[in-house]
Amino acid sequence: MGISGACRDLTILSVTPAGPVGAQFGCYYLEMDNPGLDPAVAGQFVMVRPAAFGSDPVWPRPFSICRLTPDRLTLFIQACGRGTDILCRLAPGDPVTVWGPLGQGFALEPAVPTVMLAGGVGIAPFMEYAATHPAPGNLSLVFGHRQPLSCYPFAELSQLVRAEAFEEKTPDDLPRFISRLEKTVAEFAGGLILACGPRPLLLTVARLARRYGARAQVSLENRMACGVGGCLGCVEKNALGQYVQTCTEGPVFWVDELSLSEDA
Amino acid sequence: MSADTAVRLPGMRAKNPVMTASGTFGYGMEFAPYGDLRRLGGIVVKGLSLKPRTGNAMPRIAETPCGMLNAIGLQNCGVEAFLRDKLPRLPFKDTPIIANLYACDADEFAELAGVLAAEEGVAALEVNISCPNVKAGGIAFGQDPAMAGKLTEAVKKRAGNKPVWVKLSPNVTDIVGIARAAVLGGADVLTCINTLTGMAVDIRSRKPRLANVIGGLSGPAIKPVALRCVWQVCQAVSAPVIGVGGVSSAEDVLEFILVGAHAVQIGTANFMRPDMAFRIAERLPQLMDELGIKDLDEYRGTLLAG
Repeated sequence: MGISGACRDLTILSVTPAGPVGAQFGCYYLEMDNPGLDPAVAGQFVMVRPAAFGSDPVWPRPFSICRLTPDRLTLFIQACGRGTDILCRLAPGDPVTVWGPLGQGFALEPAVPTVMLAGGVGIAPFMEYAATHPAPGNLSLVFGHRQPLSCYPFAELSQLVRAEAFEEKTPDDLPRFISRLEKTVAEFAGGLILACGPRPLLLTVARLARRYGARAQVSLENRMACGVGGCLGCVEKNALGQYVQTCTEGPVFWVDELSLSEDA
Repeated sequence: MSADTAVRLPGMRAKNPVMTASGTFGYGMEFAPYGDLRRLGGIVVKGLSLKPRTGNAMPRIAETPCGMLNAIGLQNCGVEAFLRDKLPRLPFKDTPIIANLYACDADEFAELAGVLAAEEGVAALEVNISCPNVKAGGIAFGQDPAMAGKLTEAVKKRAGNKPVWVKLSPNVTDIVGIARAAVLGGADVLTCINTLTGMAVDIRSRKPRLANVIGGLSGPAIKPVALRCVWQVCQAVSAPVIGVGGVSSAEDVLEFILVGAHAVQIGTANFMRPDMAFRIAERLPQLMDELGIKDLDEYRGTLLAG
């Protein structure tokens, strides 16, 4: 695991809205050819820079690997800013530079009951996790979302693992979702808990894992410039109060390695 | 017949003018998977202090049009860990490794210079008197000619036979005054420029985009400022100048050579893609061939300005 390979010039094969209303909610699958990326551990990420970026935006964009097979790299992307807007408007044949897989992925303990806690676009790495898990019968998914369920790869995941979705429509739904998370964390306290999604979700999972003595990992989405350990921009404070790089030492961390806070 | 990209600098010879800028290339090995480090003209490593530094709170970086702001705050492993764990892994026999120094006062700078000067693997000392992101020293040192001269002198005294480079700030009224003071203090080379101070804010949360509020602007957006500074400094002093600021192509390298620079450092462009410096170093001789430039000495400082 870790840094591998050089920058690869890939070609966009397809940009497909996720489900019938995916385009309306900005949810897309990007498929690229795979000219020899190293195999990934689920939870690792790639840096993506389409030629269309030019000098602006300056930064490439990091994405968890949604699926990597010998001939395809698939990303699940929500258009929510300058970089992702450009990416979701790419067309087949457009050139993209990709480097990775990068960072540290999720722990894999096939015999241990494992629950994936996903929020929104944070569902992406769990496609790879479920698809490569040797004993998917030991896997469950609890998925919180705001856009219509068809905008996410939830149906595909439901075919692989036990899956439950929770839609957040009003502010009142949030405490109900948190209670649902608490029940799940308590249930899997002797197993393995993996979380990916917005920072508030990760903070909640970390807090609940501490309360129930559960083993849990979170995938951070800290802003990155380089993705390879060069800039020290994406750091997170560890349990010793030192800053560690999300790109090389994460993005997946055990919650007890970190002292997670509201900022960043 | 391919163009000659070699550059002679005080106390060293670089195979090409493409170096990496401090703070944008880690300690070097982070970028080894993306190219052969020996192909670079030089590697300036992350700013080092006597003791390890934690750096600033998050968020530390923000993207801006054609650029970015950073306020990392000189997080580094300290000189001791660098010499023990990082330097031995670098190809210092094939590519000059330049240590970048940060300290809070002249005594500390001198002590740090003394430690680094004793190292065979260190080709030169680059003195950072221009970091905008630390409370003590940093940019303040680079805004006062007397202070800049005094610090340069302190480092030079302890630098032994190592060339001393001084990295200048653009956040001054007159960069030439600082440049002259650094040269008088003994600077062998001037590095122009560090980042420009800047801000970015969020109108919804009403928060600054950097925890430090103010940060340093870098990237293609600042290239015109860097070119202007290099041009002015090259007109005023005879010490070699290394151009830094928005270099992201071989064409950019030649722009800086044209206005008088001996070499350049690639900074933010290393974040655009981690093989950027290697690509630019590879492309440069081809571009020189295309333009009929046989060597850089012939081309340097030949800008046809009134």
